[in-house]
Amino acid sequence: MRFRIATSPHILRDTSVGQVMCRVLYAMTPGVVALAWFFGWGVLVNLALATVVALTAETLVLVARGKPLALHLSDFSAVVTAWLLAAALPSLAPWWLTVLGVAFAIVVAKHLYGGLGYNPFNPAMVGYVVLLISFPREMSTWLIPHGIGQAHALSLPDTLEIIFGGAGRLVADGLTGATPLDLLRTQLGLGLTVTEIRNSPVFGIVSGGGWEWAALGFLAGGLWLVYTRAADWRIPAGMLGGLATIATVFYLVDPQHYAPPWFHVWSGAAIFGAFFIATDPVTASTTPRGRLIYGAGIGVLIYVIRTFGGYPDGVAFSVLLMNIVAPTIDLYTQPRVFGARGG
Amino acid sequence: MNSLFPFHGGLKTVRHKAESNQRPIASGILPKRLVVPLHQHIGAIAKPLVQPGDRVLKGQRIGQADGYISAAVHAPTSGVVTAVDQQAVPHPSGLTDLCVSIEADGENRWIEREPVDYRRLHPSDLRNLARSAGVVGLGGAGFPSAVKLNLSGHCERLEQLILNGAECEPWMTCDDMIMRERADEIVAGIHILAHLLEPRDVLIGIEDDKPEAIAAMTVACAGTGYQVRPVPTHYPSGGVKQLTKLLTNKEAPLNGRSTDIGVQCFNVATAYTLHRAINFGEPVISRIVTVTGRVAQPQNIDALLGTAFADLVAQCGGYRDRVERLIMGGPMMGFALHGDEVPVTKATNCILAASAEELAPEQPAMPCIRCGACAEVCPADLLPQQLYWHARAREFDKAQDYHLFSCIECGCCSTVCPSHIPLVQFYRYAKNEIWAQEKEKQKAELARQRYQARLERLEREQKEREAKLRQKAPPRPAPVAEASEADQLPIEAAVARARPDRATAPADAPKPPVVVAADSAGQDG
Repeated sequence: MRFRIATSPHILRDTSVGQVMCRVLYAMTPGVVALAWFFGWGVLVNLALATVVALTAETLVLVARGKPLALHLSDFSAVVTAWLLAAALPSLAPWWLTVLGVAFAIVVAKHLYGGLGYNPFNPAMVGYVVLLISFPREMSTWLIPHGIGQAHALSLPDTLEIIFGGAGRLVADGLTGATPLDLLRTQLGLGLTVTEIRNSPVFGIVSGGGWEWAALGFLAGGLWLVYTRAADWRIPAGMLGGLATIATVFYLVDPQHYAPPWFHVWSGAAIFGAFFIATDPVTASTTPRGRLIYGAGIGVLIYVIRTFGGYPDGVAFSVLLMNIVAPTIDLYTQPRVFGARGG
Repeated sequence: MNSLFPFHGGLKTVRHKAESNQRPIASGILPKRLVVPLHQHIGAIAKPLVQPGDRVLKGQRIGQADGYISAAVHAPTSGVVTAVDQQAVPHPSGLTDLCVSIEADGENRWIEREPVDYRRLHPSDLRNLARSAGVVGLGGAGFPSAVKLNLSGHCERLEQLILNGAECEPWMTCDDMIMRERADEIVAGIHILAHLLEPRDVLIGIEDDKPEAIAAMTVACAGTGYQVRPVPTHYPSGGVKQLTKLLTNKEAPLNGRSTDIGVQCFNVATAYTLHRAINFGEPVISRIVTVTGRVAQPQNIDALLGTAFADLVAQCGGYRDRVERLIMGGPMMGFALHGDEVPVTKATNCILAASAEELAPEQPAMPCIRCGACAEVCPADLLPQQLYWHARAREFDKAQDYHLFSCIECGCCSTVCPSHIPLVQFYRYAKNEIWAQEKEKQKAELARQRYQARLERLEREQKEREAKLRQKAPPRPAPVAEASEADQLPIEAAVARARPDRATAPADAPKPPVVVAADSAGQDG
């Protein structure tokens, strides 16, 4: 009798890259729903468009590289990249912005570096930064959240018309406005105090109205992601901890000039970034201690960029900067091997 | 005092113990033909002591331990040796090895058995007895126990003697059953171990999913001072380093042994065989094998070494359903076999016949996404993803920087890898490559040393010959002087003629012996 040969171990856990990626998608759902509630249909249109573009680009590159299609498309990594980027885009971003960003992320940031597992930089954030630098106006045209001021919900046909027809109408209608972080930044520049600025209607309970609920959604999904071990708790803990720590220091020094730590943690893309972007394992640090340091580095950089840099938010830049140092962090934070004495 | 010290990583695995531990240990049938490998242990292969046609008795030594790290091999039953040749053995490579084939005569006639009183023997005699009785570790590795019973030079005094009854591999129950049924004899073996090693404490580690074994051992140990310590069911708690850490909070140093930290560890079944060898004079000719998985009656069998796997499976009622994989050992560290016509050896703790239902088929490997799941479960605190990266790139130096050789190949990392990368296989590959390179290097160094020695010897001989010639010269001065005088004249004349053109000639002079040496070194090579 002949038997099949295989190498040990012979039992494998029911896990796969596709499963991990799908969990990320599930975990994004509450945050995305909240975003869609406050920023309208555009969020979902962006998501759908980005998914189609990502899968198309992924398929074309895989064919060009001669890789097995079914195996690699079923890992859902391209969809995750698409969703991460789409969720970070303004809800009424013109269609070509999404197409360009996602295509760049998949083709250049991911596959030109060797594809899944080999890219040194977070593809979604590379795509985002390319758009932010190249098209600053389109990238900062945010809809005023639903329920704030006179803003009203756009119907789906209107949304599609704006996304695929042009954004001219959008500004004329007075539907857009500064984001809370943007407002904070410009007003502080004008010499106002944090307390005065926070009286603006764009602010909600903790941070931006509407924004804070999306952050809550992403926090819920993110905690589930950590619970299922699809993401390591150390990265979000390090990042939010780092951000909160440095924000606290400045807040204690001058509370009228620097926003409180809870505002920073709950604002912009901090929570979304902590649980969904910084946790991309391919580009993050891999050692336990390294992940805390990597996360903390991102948190501190976000604060520095928000407070002293040229952009209202800095998650994308911070993540990319820490991607650069991740291998070095890994090198110096190796765990103590069993049997090795001392540190 | 009874606290445990958990090790990092590890896994909860499927158990599947209940299939095979419901029936008592069955004694193995006596097959017509036994194929006994001479290499059933770590170390040098035993030297065959028999030839085809020889009659052998049960327990008769048929292979002699060859060197310090080696163990003897014995005839499992009485009969006639039919062959001493290469036969298929249970080895991952599927290669053959030197085996003694015995046609059983069915009489099972023993040799003269000589029990000894171990308290009266000198330790070294006792160790030699263990060696010539073929006692090796029965946990699966098969390391000669006599070597581990010699502490000299490794530690002043043994603090803990650990008996490994953890049996953390799924499906396997041979240690469970031997502890349930032969606890007193295991303890008798521990007495011998303790007599030789004089440990401060004797700890018996058993995973807590074996309450019957724990109870039996506790009863057997009553009044001896030996401590039965249940440990959590958490793979790989049966790894020597992990069990040591669990029970004592001590970690064997990198590149060191457990004796460096005053600990020595034996499998419970090894203690049993030592007891049989010393107190009954019975060498190791059988062992308990778990036959489980897709067989009609999974159970443990006290099988004669050399029994074909197929015979054991037949004794268990044959295969059930479609068996895809036949594994020797457990599913985490055991290896798959091509066929079942291989003999039971001292390392055969379990035969697992598995269908695709039990063991998921291998899946195509995806790229590593550096998720770190492997590092989370690594009981050696390694970074498996980095090891994989360097092993794959053939950067063996870097793999060693990441402590490749601390890897115990437990398989946890491969089990949890979402990319289905056969990580352990990459580490085995890297280790083998490094060993091969080391061997190459040693060979080259040896060749260089030999060549150097040869040069020196030739030079010395040359000098001696010259010295002898000089000594011999005086007794017959006249004819030699004449002859040399006569011979030298034309030579000198020739030299004188040549000198103006060949100014370098004297410098060339010392060369010839070297040239000669180099030529003949080639022949020696």
